Amino acid sequence: MNMDQALQTFLVEARELLQAMEEALLNLESEPDDKEAIGAVFRAAHTIKGSAGLFGLDPIVAFTHVAENVLDKVRNGEIAVDSDLIALLLSSGDHIGDLVEQVAAQGGEPDAAALANGENLLGKLRAYLSVAPESAPVARKSVAPQPHAEVHSSGGGLVGSDTWHISLRFGQDVLKNGMDPLSFIRYLATLGEIVSVVTLPDAMPAADEMDPECSYLGFELDFRSDADKAAIEGVFEFVRDDCSLRILPPHSRVEEYIQLINELPEDKIRLGDLLVKSGALTQKEMDECLFLQSLLATSAESEGQPETVPALGEILIEQGRVQPELVDAALNKQKQARDNKAQESRYIRVHADKLDELINLVGELVIASASAGLLAQRSRDMQLHEATSTMSRLVEEIRDGALQLRMVQIGETFSRFHRVVRDVSKDLGKDIGLVISGGETELDKSVVEKIGDPLMHLVRNSMDHGIESAQLRQQRGKPAKGTVRLNAYHESGSIVIEVGDDGGGLNRDKLLAKGIERGLVSANQNLTDQEVYGLIFEAGFSTAEAVTSISGRGVGMDVVRRNIEALRGLIEIDSAQGVGTTIRIRLPLTLAIIDGFLMGVGGSSFVVPLDLVTECIELSEAERRETRESNYINLRGTVLPFLRLRQLFEIQGKAGRYENIVVVQYGGQKAGLVVDELLGEFQTVIKPLGKIFSHLRGISGSTILGSGEVALILDVPALVQEVAGSAQGGQKRIPASA
Amino acid sequence: MISHQVENGVYRVKVEGEMTIYQALELKQGLMQCLHDCAEMEVSLAGVSEMDTAGFQLLVLAKREAARLGHPLRLVEHSPATLEVMDLFNMAGYFGDPVVMPQ
Repeated sequence: MNMDQALQTFLVEARELLQAMEEALLNLESEPDDKEAIGAVFRAAHTIKGSAGLFGLDPIVAFTHVAENVLDKVRNGEIAVDSDLIALLLSSGDHIGDLVEQVAAQGGEPDAAALANGENLLGKLRAYLSVAPESAPVARKSVAPQPHAEVHSSGGGLVGSDTWHISLRFGQDVLKNGMDPLSFIRYLATLGEIVSVVTLPDAMPAADEMDPECSYLGFELDFRSDADKAAIEGVFEFVRDDCSLRILPPHSRVEEYIQLINELPEDKIRLGDLLVKSGALTQKEMDECLFLQSLLATSAESEGQPETVPALGEILIEQGRVQPELVDAALNKQKQARDNKAQESRYIRVHADKLDELINLVGELVIASASAGLLAQRSRDMQLHEATSTMSRLVEEIRDGALQLRMVQIGETFSRFHRVVRDVSKDLGKDIGLVISGGETELDKSVVEKIGDPLMHLVRNSMDHGIESAQLRQQRGKPAKGTVRLNAYHESGSIVIEVGDDGGGLNRDKLLAKGIERGLVSANQNLTDQEVYGLIFEAGFSTAEAVTSISGRGVGMDVVRRNIEALRGLIEIDSAQGVGTTIRIRLPLTLAIIDGFLMGVGGSSFVVPLDLVTECIELSEAERRETRESNYINLRGTVLPFLRLRQLFEIQGKAGRYENIVVVQYGGQKAGLVVDELLGEFQTVIKPLGKIFSHLRGISGSTILGSGEVALILDVPALVQEVAGSAQGGQKRIPASA
Repeated sequence: MISHQVENGVYRVKVEGEMTIYQALELKQGLMQCLHDCAEMEVSLAGVSEMDTAGFQLLVLAKREAARLGHPLRLVEHSPATLEVMDLFNMAGYFGDPVVMPQ
């Protein structure tokens, strides 16, 4: 691990922590006494400060330090949680985020705006601390009083010094791992005052064997601070596995110093001297120390075990000097550490590029195995055929597994909106709550990344234009508090994301009038509700005037639609006047590999996503005659509009002897595609079409067949809309892709 | 970067730029070579812009090796970066050189 990677890890973690902090703060808003949430906020700030300190990111440390002090007081119940404090802490979190981006990600200094904002926030934070501005980071008062301290002060044989004693021996590899003992000591200095440092170079081998990239130094530090042991240990968290760390609290027992001396690799007498010199022990204490040590050694000898001096811990317990609860506490702590480890090992961070590469390879594998399968089929060798079909089943599983790796839950994206809703509702002066459901629904990571902005537009729009003022809501007999809903679920190979509100709904007449005025539709057109609502996605269609009378930000709904369509998605609106509006976004689950259904027309092959196919029917001779002129058939009593692919794509050649209809369904509408042959299931690796084909309608991509031929992937949503539109009698084509 | 001039058997060694783990291997070789060749050595740290633990260790190694060989070693013209590390590690006494800020 080099420093760059470590920094990247820090960035990722800091962002996650800030996110957690924000969520916890928003929780606090509804439940100000939630101890767990307070703890979570504190831990987030504390960890960010700690890690930033390691990287020497002073601006972040300085700011976070003050925020952490305030949080500490909150945690101890000295400051009450109210909405002002939460607002301040939220802005502080944002500011830390800014600093992280500016200082850590871009490696620069915070800009003037950030500095001014920081000063402003610091001023407000310090008001809570009600102390003069702290100069250098000063010892912070932290958590519960040391349990050790109490026990020790009651016993005898304590040393007089009031400092912590820290013994540090770094492992040889810390430097190679990108960590510098210097930065740990620098960071330690932010927690209190380093009274003395003794650097021990004894471990360094002779010049010839000395590897200049290894670390050989050890340190004995005396440190004055009110921080607790956990906080001090926390300083060295990043090198915990790579260094031996011993911390003795102030006023420790003499025995503990003996143990320390025994455990350290350096010469005992020299260490004793050193401890006296650094002020950790007085000479008298040291003498007592040495006396006790020799006593222990002789007692061990007299028991006939000259080799093994009993562990001090054992003796202490035997003598009843250490209380059992202390031992329990220590054991608990160890167990916790183990649990943390176990949790860590359940996840591994993998670079997204590596996953993409894997998926590309799996795509090639799918194509290659299709080709092998085809050859096996032609060879009529039964055993070969069997072997390839086993392989193709495995490839299918690998494909699903690989794609699954990229799947992430949408919940994280959703929960970001708590903050958005909170802030926007404050801005608008409306009382609006957010209800989230279906957060566990999974979809492709690349889709999740791109869905954030459109959702943001839609949520803001719902809040601004959808939800009425409290007054109006009461007149209409609704609860004064408005609700915005985010929901997600899977439906036949796509994921559906809904943004709903219980506001005023869209006004169809107003929309239509506006559309006619703009020349988007003509007055005598007979439009469905869907089509009228769809007008709000037209570029330049001012939602503010059209939907409600509240004038607000112009939110680019046309941009939203373009973004969704770029993801091969579809957007639709349900609305009831006075009751609310729901905007439904339908997206394909994945952008890379799908289960396809292969069809032949003339010499060409076409693929539709298998999930969208509901059934296949053969057109009988009679039906063929009947339907020659029309473009719909009677499917078990309902009208099924259809398209002849042969006509649509102007395919030459004689019509086949048979014709089949493949019934596809999308967004609640069914349509038939008339083809010559049904060729069955086919694993389809989606290859994007070149730019020159981007205006092609009805085709969304291409794929390569086992034979090496190219098949076109049909854009079912566009075709279904086209069929549905023409079946309704109008010549108008609904623009499916902008 | 390391360079040296010889005056009456005294090696005047200049270390310039960063003195960190990235240069440690090269600097170790340079310092050890000079130390072996010289009768007396003076290392100017005026040009050291950055020092980490690896860089600092090299000075400790040089000091120890000089004592073993019996060649006097002096560190002179400590740069601010060097001084900061020496202070933090409380090692000025170990080297025993008068610490003078460079002009």
